[in-house]
Amino acid sequence: MAGIRVVFFEECDEHLGELENGLIAIQEGDRDPETINIIFRAVHSIKGGASIFGLEALVGFAHTFENLLTKVRSGEKALDEAVIKTCLKAADVLADLVREANGGAAVEDGKADPLVSTLTALSSGSSAGAEEAEEEDPELAALQFQPVSVSFAELDVAAPKTLAIRFKPGLAMYAKANDAILILQELSRYGEVKAAVNTDALPLLDGLDPREGYLTWHISLLTTQHPSLVREVFEFVENDCELEISEAETIAPIAAPPPPVIEAPPTAPPVSFAPAPAPAPVGPVEAAPVPNQPQTQGSIRVDLDRVDRMIDLVSELVINQSILVQRLAGERFNGQAEVSAALEDLDKLTREIQDSVMAIRAQPVKAVFQRMSRLVREVEAVTRKPVRLVTEGDATEVDRTVIERLSDPLTHMIRNAIDHGIEPPEKRAAAGKPAMGTVKIAAAHRGGRIIIEVSDDGAGINRERVREKAVERGVIGAEDRLTDEETDNLIFAAGFSTADQVSDISGRGVGMDVVRSGVQALGGRITVTSVQGQGSTFTLSLPLTLAVMDGMLVQVGDQGMVVPLTALVESFQVAPGDVTRLGVETTFLHLRGANVPLLDLGAMLGYPRGEDEDGRHVALLVEDDSGQRAALLVNDILGQQQVVIKSLEANYREVPGVAAATILGDGRVALILDVNAILSRRRRVCAEPKAA
Amino acid sequence: MRESKTILTVDDSRTMRDMLLMTLNEAGYDVVQAEDGEDGLAKLGDMRPDAIITDINMPKLDGFGFIEKVREDPSYVSVPILVLTTESEQDRKDRARAAGATGWIVKPFNPSKLLEALRRVGA
Amino acid sequence: MTEQSPIALRELISFKVAAQEYCVDIMSVREIRGWTPATPLPSAASFVRGVINLRGAVLPVVDMAARLGMAASEPTERHVIVVVWIEGQLVGLLVDAVCDILAVAPEGLQPTPDLASSEVQSFVEALLNVDGRMIGLIDLSSLLPPQQTQAA
Repeated sequence: MAGIRVVFFEECDEHLGELENGLIAIQEGDRDPETINIIFRAVHSIKGGASIFGLEALVGFAHTFENLLTKVRSGEKALDEAVIKTCLKAADVLADLVREANGGAAVEDGKADPLVSTLTALSSGSSAGAEEAEEEDPELAALQFQPVSVSFAELDVAAPKTLAIRFKPGLAMYAKANDAILILQELSRYGEVKAAVNTDALPLLDGLDPREGYLTWHISLLTTQHPSLVREVFEFVENDCELEISEAETIAPIAAPPPPVIEAPPTAPPVSFAPAPAPAPVGPVEAAPVPNQPQTQGSIRVDLDRVDRMIDLVSELVINQSILVQRLAGERFNGQAEVSAALEDLDKLTREIQDSVMAIRAQPVKAVFQRMSRLVREVEAVTRKPVRLVTEGDATEVDRTVIERLSDPLTHMIRNAIDHGIEPPEKRAAAGKPAMGTVKIAAAHRGGRIIIEVSDDGAGINRERVREKAVERGVIGAEDRLTDEETDNLIFAAGFSTADQVSDISGRGVGMDVVRSGVQALGGRITVTSVQGQGSTFTLSLPLTLAVMDGMLVQVGDQGMVVPLTALVESFQVAPGDVTRLGVETTFLHLRGANVPLLDLGAMLGYPRGEDEDGRHVALLVEDDSGQRAALLVNDILGQQQVVIKSLEANYREVPGVAAATILGDGRVALILDVNAILSRRRRVCAEPKAA
Repeated sequence: MRESKTILTVDDSRTMRDMLLMTLNEAGYDVVQAEDGEDGLAKLGDMRPDAIITDINMPKLDGFGFIEKVREDPSYVSVPILVLTTESEQDRKDRARAAGATGWIVKPFNPSKLLEALRRVGA
Repeated sequence: MTEQSPIALRELISFKVAAQEYCVDIMSVREIRGWTPATPLPSAASFVRGVINLRGAVLPVVDMAARLGMAASEPTERHVIVVVWIEGQLVGLLVDAVCDILAVAPEGLQPTPDLASSEVQSFVEALLNVDGRMIGLIDLSSLLPPQQTQAA
């Protein structure tokens, strides 16, 4: 049962998604009856499932919602704007109720109630008066149906009495696979059955239709049950037969039925039915082998833990494989063509296995995007700016580890776009724009990463204001010259917020800097471009997975270290003449006419420098997420490689300047550099003397 | 030992399918599952169930259409078909009956209700 | 050693650190392995030797000598890492050698004298006397100093 419950909630999520998509399509003008059917079925299925688990609040609400959809589906209720709006709100409440039922936060009191009234009003509004009685919910009554046994107890009559039943099956009854014998068997469960059959109507053989009902049964049932319960036995067939049930005294006794009867003919003696004898096979029993695996439509459900475990194991395999390659390369096998060919194959295979396994856990971003349309409606309601959400590329797949963490930055960006980007309708009208603003989220794969763009057609970033604020808060100096792009990206600076008052929408003092650090924590980058009067576009670039990444392996002192490839601009040799020292702390590197801060990575991390201190060194030009650049002095570049990301926090703690760890081919641990932290640390060092 | 009986269940809700599967398996039935009316007809193509349990509201081919199609084939006239319905209104039942359903099960059902309905149609 | 005593005996693994002997509860020991070079961590406490790879898991190694305020170890191949489980985390303890498995009744444990330095007293939970050797029982939960909240 617990398993089915899990399935139910999974299915609810799918239905809620379909519901949402369907409603949005309808909002955009889709009037395909199938779309309406889909949303109807979604709500209907949630109700059906919820009733299994006795989730009454959910059942009740879904039922009210379904009533309206029933009217819409039958065309009784037009799909006008009020109906669509109400349906969208109802979908949100339904989602909340599902979450609540699944152990989530309780839905606030009074959130559903006004909607229930609106839904009820809408579904009764256009219907004829006669139908309003139907709103009394015969269905709901059925849903609260008590198990039959309870009614039995209530209706139990102590003294047994005899019921006389006249039952004449019709042709239609047999056409629906009902059978008089089965009904007699069923009756025998209620008491002692005596049955006689009247064959008067039976024609001669050549006039006989084998499917027609010619026989009339006279049954006497000695039972303690109420006649109405006994009648329920005939529930399935009552329209397809003649049926009379009465207490024995009021109709003619079986021994003397009204028409002359062949009493107990040898062929049809009174039959006593033992309770539930082995039933006769229905129809010819063919040895048709029953397919043993139902529902193998090309997909199976797998417990997520198993997939995660497999991904971990494959990561180990990849590491192990490279350890093997390295060991063999150094040993006596070096240069043996067969060995290296086999190793190459092994390498290819492990990579393929890794890719395939990662693909299993990949999911379309659709689920996250769907959540955003709800957010848009909520923000829309608070800001009173009509906004339309457009999504693109929602089939783009990305590892689940990333999906789970997309929601927060997207939420922030969309709130920001509506709150700060989209202008109020009057302003839009004045600017010659449609009153309804548009926010678009688009996903695509690019260069082994997922790129998500959040764009709006609002006013764009007000650069003067941004600049003012940045100077005011000491983010930049009053004389600093910035390009438009640099100015725009100031909004990600720590503690920067352009909102004059901290609005309820953009969050309680939470600025874009929080979004940026969240994205950075995922190994991602975020940038913004903006055109005055035409809107802004936030571009989010994230790795496809948080399990592996591409890095440049460098030697720092006597240690191997990994620099994420996403942060790396280029690498080059440093000649002593390129370096300028200012005092003890500050070193600059001349690079094609520009001065770039040069950081001695070994010294910053406290690693011994190693040999030839003043000789030639190698430097990596890196860029952090805000576009700040610096050159990192290292001892050597060992090569590019894909590394499996291992958490340091799992067994230790966060280490400043280090994003994570990985395991190298020789089995040793190498640290993965946190470029953002290293550069911001340097900036802090530089800023302190200035402030003093 | 008598051979276990086979029930074809037709429902687009996985929750409901699983629920039916669990209940029926526990009662000793074999179960073949279909996801909608069309799928039901396809699955029926190569089997002869002892009974069919079908939902009404389904994509592609709904329960009424499915039952009509099944009954069109004379060799399936005697296969009992039970309709799963949350709708207890008479007209739903009548429509199902008109399409050829043997009986119905009102959702939500508990296992005993389901098995009782099956017993009543001889499966 | 194997005979069943009605009193719950606590089983401990003892090891050598410099010339001294310490022990930890056997229930927290996951494995004992030879020394492998650890990758140093920037801005780590001096007694945190770095991190090592244990079949795919990255775990810190604590130099017990340094932790106890003695000179840091100069690990050789004969040194041993005792991998222990501390509140959900795996931590390696770098020690000179593993000595013995001891079964001790609760009353065999004596409180650490007040004279001990606060550093030692903070994580040497008790002392036990085994055949005239004094062995310090390490309180693993206070082995690693509490995590400083990130000054981000």
